[in-house]
Amino acid sequence: MLAHFVRRLLLTIPTIFALMFLTFVAIRLVPGDPVEVRTGERGISPERLEEFRQQLGLDQPIVVQFFDYVRDLFSGDFGTSIISHRPVIEEFATLFPATLELSFFAMVFAVLFGVPMGVIAALKRGSVVDHSLMGVALFGYSMPIFWWGLLLVLFFSVTLDLTPVSGRIDLLYFFEPVTGFMVIDAWLSGEEGAVSSALSHLVLPAVVLGTIPLAAIARMTRSAMLEVLGEDYVRTARAKGLSPFRVVGLHALRNALIPVVTTIGLQGGTLLAGAVLTETIFAWPGIGKWLIESIARRDYPALQGGVLLVSTLLVFVNLGVDLLNAAVNPRIRHAR
Amino acid sequence: MTFATRLLAATILAAGLSTAANAKTLVYCSEGSPENFTPALNTTGTSFDAARPVYNQLVEFARGTTEVSPGLAESWTVSDDGLTITFKLRSGVKFHSTKEFTPSRDFNADDVLFSFNRQGDPNHPYHKISGGAYDYYNDMGMPDLIASLEKVDDLTIKMVLKEPNAPILANLAMDFGTIHSAEYADFLLKAGKPEEFDQVPVGTGPFSFVGYQKDAVIRYRAFPDHWAGAAPLDGLVFAITPDATARYAKLQKGECHVMFGPNPADLAAMKEDQNINLMSQPGLNIAYLSMNVEKPPFDKKEVRQAVNMAIDKAALIKDVYQGAGQAATNPIPPTIWSYNDAVQDYEYNPDKAKEMLAAAGVTTPMEVDLWYMPVQRPYNPNARRIAEMMQADLAKVGLNAKLVTYEWGEYRKRLQAGEHMLGQLGWTGDNGDPDNFFFLLGCAAAREGGQNLSKWCNKDFDDRLLQARKLTDKAERTKLYEEMQVIAKEEAPWVTIAHSVVYEPTRKEVKDYKISPFGRHEFYGVSIE
Repeated sequence: MLAHFVRRLLLTIPTIFALMFLTFVAIRLVPGDPVEVRTGERGISPERLEEFRQQLGLDQPIVVQFFDYVRDLFSGDFGTSIISHRPVIEEFATLFPATLELSFFAMVFAVLFGVPMGVIAALKRGSVVDHSLMGVALFGYSMPIFWWGLLLVLFFSVTLDLTPVSGRIDLLYFFEPVTGFMVIDAWLSGEEGAVSSALSHLVLPAVVLGTIPLAAIARMTRSAMLEVLGEDYVRTARAKGLSPFRVVGLHALRNALIPVVTTIGLQGGTLLAGAVLTETIFAWPGIGKWLIESIARRDYPALQGGVLLVSTLLVFVNLGVDLLNAAVNPRIRHAR
Repeated sequence: MTFATRLLAATILAAGLSTAANAKTLVYCSEGSPENFTPALNTTGTSFDAARPVYNQLVEFARGTTEVSPGLAESWTVSDDGLTITFKLRSGVKFHSTKEFTPSRDFNADDVLFSFNRQGDPNHPYHKISGGAYDYYNDMGMPDLIASLEKVDDLTIKMVLKEPNAPILANLAMDFGTIHSAEYADFLLKAGKPEEFDQVPVGTGPFSFVGYQKDAVIRYRAFPDHWAGAAPLDGLVFAITPDATARYAKLQKGECHVMFGPNPADLAAMKEDQNINLMSQPGLNIAYLSMNVEKPPFDKKEVRQAVNMAIDKAALIKDVYQGAGQAATNPIPPTIWSYNDAVQDYEYNPDKAKEMLAAAGVTTPMEVDLWYMPVQRPYNPNARRIAEMMQADLAKVGLNAKLVTYEWGEYRKRLQAGEHMLGQLGWTGDNGDPDNFFFLLGCAAAREGGQNLSKWCNKDFDDRLLQARKLTDKAERTKLYEEMQVIAKEEAPWVTIAHSVVYEPTRKEVKDYKISPFGRHEFYGVSIE
């Protein structure tokens, strides 16, 4: 087990290095540099352009720039945003909790609805219920997030007036962030109604962001359940005269959940990709929107630092899932 | 399911609360986060809007107009030679306080010196703070205009110019002319955190800064001691909402009172909505097609006129602008003073255009190039589509246009170098002075790399341009500018395409909101019923 862990951990090092290099190169391949992008019709005089490029170190050969960047990284310096002039790590730390909170609730929604959907579809295999549930899942999987988000806003917020349109909490509440997680901060603030306001602001964005993972989880649960339901021990359990609830809930579902847990773990990337759009629609101050803006404005340090931090986290989440799998499934940890 | 039910209950509870939001706090759904709160460092309207409630300038644009009016300078005199402007500063003007900083004195000449010297003096202790770009200060040519800025006494400032320049007053009303507290700057410098100066603003404006959460919200409180009287509002909130449809939804629900930039597709519904007041006005901008007079046959006036006649402008406005644009006749928008109503645009007449081309000795079909920018601009929602429509129009008169584009920075550079025959670009006004548009057609800008993309240098036009710059009498300047519009139409270095139309939806309960020709969003003087 330890050898497996060490091997997997070592493998993350080249992955992170590759990520570092790719982000660095990719953003520089996009035409236009941070100074030129900022200027409008007037343009900028060649002297001033040179001066700013020098200030930002962009006049150096790209290899030198890269090694400077890596050297700074090793001393824990992720650079300073060209736009806001604040340390990248600080901006990340301010915005990341919002994305994390949203992703968490999106996942809760996806699991809460996705797993029962999959189980029911498997139990009613081939029936109308199965087809409609899997139809819904397919629909959710192929739904353009932007359209889906706006549709929900127009229906639930504007027409039915049930949820707020956007933001993380009602403007009525104003407290300094402590943890960056609005629900927790609202609870800490002790202000009446703050927690429910924060939760109500989470409903639509979490549903929108959770839709794709929900579909993935429902489909995975269904196929895993189908496999398990055909196993001998399930038939035995039924033969013993156990209640259908115990058969499905205790014997089948627990075994079927192993691949489902993997699926959940691997939705991290999906969530982040979806967060970019979800955060834009719902004015959610997270890192998705921040990264997109960094691309548009060629904020190299923010983009490099942000992508590196996010992907490192994803690499570790995947590693965690991997190890979890190995822990529950000896076939994996003994395989070479 | 019980979880969902509980969530729904919480939701309904919160929805009930939100409608009871503070009666006297105006919520503006803005489009993005400011870079910081020091306008001199920034170039975007988003950042300017966020700083404006907090600050004042020496002179200011009267709300809703391009007229320069007194701000922190209560009056000013210009010497006979036009070289010295003496500002009399307002007395008893208070600065805001922060948690850590309480001002010990009122606004005075030191604050004016600080605000401009930070930008102009490379050795100023604040010059390099927060990147120190000062794009507008440089773009408006301030280093070349100002010879010196002196404090005569605590309430008098003398600005000496290198040459007479009437538009400089309008320059000073721009956001880069914002006056900061020198005392606050010293305080932060001593505390070893000068960067905070640009993040936690202290000014003399109608609202003091309360807090900012990136990508979420900016809060301000009305400043009771504001020199021009306290604002009718108690508070002001910018709810940062990047998506236009979401902004509209918030406006419909009353979650915000004023919103930035509606989607053109939503305009019809907004007009119908009983709760929404939709204001509109031509923007302070122009989209144009430049014809490079250094590239034959566009050196001939008749050819340029023929191109003007060949293009179906009405179709462009209808298809591309979709109601959010108005056809342009002159190089300045009608919201700027001195706009000449008497100038007639060329009629759309391909047959006549063909004849004129033949008369000018152009053998058709002829190959030309037509450049379009790769990006959307405030004055042009889709340059490529316009180029395609123009291409079809020009083909009808025998000009076969090849479409050309480059990455934005490169595109601009090549146009300024004069590589194109026909090229689209545009301009957004900075200060509402006609000179700020007409210089685009002046001889100084016609040099290689200059902003006169047509490289058109006409003595009649240029003499008037230079003369008007030196005059202080507005009536005399107006006359010259009116004549210049006649010359520009006759000589036709441009096809004037359009001025975009700006829409500003507000809730009905918002009173006295004025749409700004500059596209600013200003809330002092606005109230809620």
